[in-house]
Amino acid sequence: MPPSANQPAAPPVHGDTMISGMIGDASNLLPVLSSDSASSEVSELVYNGLVRYDKNLKLEGELAKSWEISPDNLTITFHLRPGVKWHDGTPFTADDVLFTYQLLVDPLVPTAYADRYKLVTRAEVLDPLTFRVQYAKPLASALISWGFSIHPRHLLAGQDLSKSPLASAPVGTGPYRFKEWKRGEKMVLEANRDYWEGAPYIDRVVYRVIPDESTMFLELQAGGVDQMGLTPIQYARQTDTATFKRQFSKYRYPSFAYTYLGYNLKNPLFQDKRVRQALSFAINKQELIDGVLLGLGQEATGPYKPGTWPNNPNVKKYPFDPTQAKKLLAEAGWSDRNGDGIVDKDGRPLAFTIVTNQGNEARIKSAEIIQRRLHDVGVDVKIRVIEWASFLKEFINPGKFEATILGWSVPIDPDSYNVWHSSKTRPGELNFIGFKNAEVDTLLEKGRETLDEAQRKKYYDRFQEILAEEQPYTFLYVPDALPVVAARFKGIEPAAAGIMHDFIKWHVPKDEWKYAQ
Amino acid sequence: MLNYLARRFLMMIPLLIGITLISFVVIHLAPGEPTDMQTQLNPEVSTELRNRLRDQYGLDKPLVVQYGEWLGRFVRLDFGNSFSQDRRPVLDKIVERLPITISINLLSIVAILATAIPIGIYSATHRGSLFDRMTTILVFIGFAAPSFWLALLLMDFFGVRLGVLPIAGLKSLDYDSLSSVGKVMDLGRHLILPVFISTFGGLAGFSRYMRSNMLEVIRQDYILTARAKGLSEQTVIYRHALRNALLPVITILGLSVPGLIGGSVIFETIFAIPGMGKLFYDGVMMRDYPLIMGILVMGAILTLIGNLLADLCYAFADPRIRNR
Repeated sequence: MPPSANQPAAPPVHGDTMISGMIGDASNLLPVLSSDSASSEVSELVYNGLVRYDKNLKLEGELAKSWEISPDNLTITFHLRPGVKWHDGTPFTADDVLFTYQLLVDPLVPTAYADRYKLVTRAEVLDPLTFRVQYAKPLASALISWGFSIHPRHLLAGQDLSKSPLASAPVGTGPYRFKEWKRGEKMVLEANRDYWEGAPYIDRVVYRVIPDESTMFLELQAGGVDQMGLTPIQYARQTDTATFKRQFSKYRYPSFAYTYLGYNLKNPLFQDKRVRQALSFAINKQELIDGVLLGLGQEATGPYKPGTWPNNPNVKKYPFDPTQAKKLLAEAGWSDRNGDGIVDKDGRPLAFTIVTNQGNEARIKSAEIIQRRLHDVGVDVKIRVIEWASFLKEFINPGKFEATILGWSVPIDPDSYNVWHSSKTRPGELNFIGFKNAEVDTLLEKGRETLDEAQRKKYYDRFQEILAEEQPYTFLYVPDALPVVAARFKGIEPAAAGIMHDFIKWHVPKDEWKYAQ
Repeated sequence: MLNYLARRFLMMIPLLIGITLISFVVIHLAPGEPTDMQTQLNPEVSTELRNRLRDQYGLDKPLVVQYGEWLGRFVRLDFGNSFSQDRRPVLDKIVERLPITISINLLSIVAILATAIPIGIYSATHRGSLFDRMTTILVFIGFAAPSFWLALLLMDFFGVRLGVLPIAGLKSLDYDSLSSVGKVMDLGRHLILPVFISTFGGLAGFSRYMRSNMLEVIRQDYILTARAKGLSEQTVIYRHALRNALLPVITILGLSVPGLIGGSVIFETIFAIPGMGKLFYDGVMMRDYPLIMGILVMGAILTLIGNLLADLCYAFADPRIRNR
């Protein structure tokens, strides 16, 4: 327990440095061009969007002070925060927002984010602090799409974006200013003393690139890194010492991701939903969580994070029940006729291969545990592990697989159109298992066009019921995020959004400073 | 001699073009494309957008055209821009990392030679002695122990438990504020473990090689003659035998030049050293064609030069080659 539990905490002071460990280096600090997690982690401190999620995952204004949505849900008018300045001192205006929009839809800009902004039919600057966009159809995720980092027009207009110095020395409006970047080594940010929400307390943030997890963990113990994400084994087995607990605070909460076993529904083996349900009954999810995640996770029942508003906890569940699994298989006509221990039908054994990608140990171990459990109910499973690019190109995109273990990260907005709509089953698209259900199509279409949260929830609740009944995936588990932070950092408030949501309020008491300026 | 040099030099041009052609075809045969990192399994990206990105990278053109364009730029010494999201010139990326990798590898080669040659000589001249048997065992342990494991053990011991050596990276956080002596000391401290690890791995092969060369040589008749003439053991070994035993080592050194470039992915990853090995590995994983080609060509050129130098040294050391 922190000593301040029953005495008033000292007021936070400005100072000290936080060193954060990153597995990979950032690639490009113009958010419109980058899509790696390291770049976006840095961009989040350097740039602002118009809106953001607060700690409880509700939308709130960031650069937009407020907004209005027209009664027909087609027009959003943003009122921007006055007095905000770019890090070089230039005032931020609606022109910057319009410019960012133009970048996103410019066919010459190699960005991966264009699609949602192309749905905008008209974007205009009404006055320096008012920006308006119009859509042809209501779009539920329209508002959050304006959480995208706003780029400075005065530094980028008319430039070749790929040659812009801002790609390696960004200028934003956010709480931290860019200081220096030694590629492959480290990046340094400094507190923006003029930040409109108030200056952050931590004076300096250093991102150190340490490509190996074990090395990063050793660096953490040696004090060379103040913050990193732990692996389950590090969290459960290697950090349980008194010394470690005195020096670090560990946090644990469900991550925005889930792992699943997906069936290729175009394959005759998986056309009968009773077979898919049987497989779900035959897999012991808790065993996967205990064995693979060392208990640091929870069962997944659908595509949304447990405890968030879109998640429907009342869907059909598939507890571990091999008897039920065998019964369902028998109902579907699968039984062991030739006595080899494997069920068969029309002379064909129920045998398939699970493919997954190399480099993800949790998925490979899950496949092995599943293999054994399915064998117990008479299903013969083989496992193939393939390098990521080949895996996508040769197996997933052309639909040449029987079953696969993969994971999705879960966006906070529940729109799942691209993963589950039947129009998204062409090669290279995300509904690669070929799930087609007319009712789901309608629900997804309505869900993305409805702005009222209560109404949306009804659509997505029903959508999850259908998924639970149909079992196109066996939803396996939601792993926990396991961040660890040096104990000298105070003011950390874990919430639905994680721990980084109020980073600018983190602080270090003066007598615990490690790095004087 | 000049004639020989010119011939060898001219031969290198078609060889180099052949290497680039094969490399180009092979890396394009590997499944996956540079745009995949940005677009695959990304719910935000439509097929239309994916095709647009492919156009922008020129991936929609036939392979022959892509190769032609690449070769056209290459003869003007333009390696193009990286396909990774930073779009920086390939040459910049290579030049940034080359010195780090080359310095570490040179340091470890010097360390390897400085230890392997004496060990090899002593083991050969004292064959079957306790020292010989001990080094044999040690050297094979070094050969068999995975370097990443050894590295982690050393990092844990010297970095975490004793706290005397830095664990990863090349410079301390306060490097820029240090005096020049302090900077050198700081770099040196950071280099101890990586150089030790890369030396330890290479030591085994080299010392064994030296030992067997030496054994081979001291069995020759001219060594017997030298001994019969009553020369001291010192002179026999170091003046007559060593020079001949070192000859094959020149070849090996020539061949280790591409290693200087490729570096070692494993120790660069473990020690968080931003070197060429890691750059190349990441480039391959992201299918960053211009970067892969740039590094391969650089490696090919250096290998060819290394071979040429080795041959020259050979010709210099052995008149039979020169006069053929």
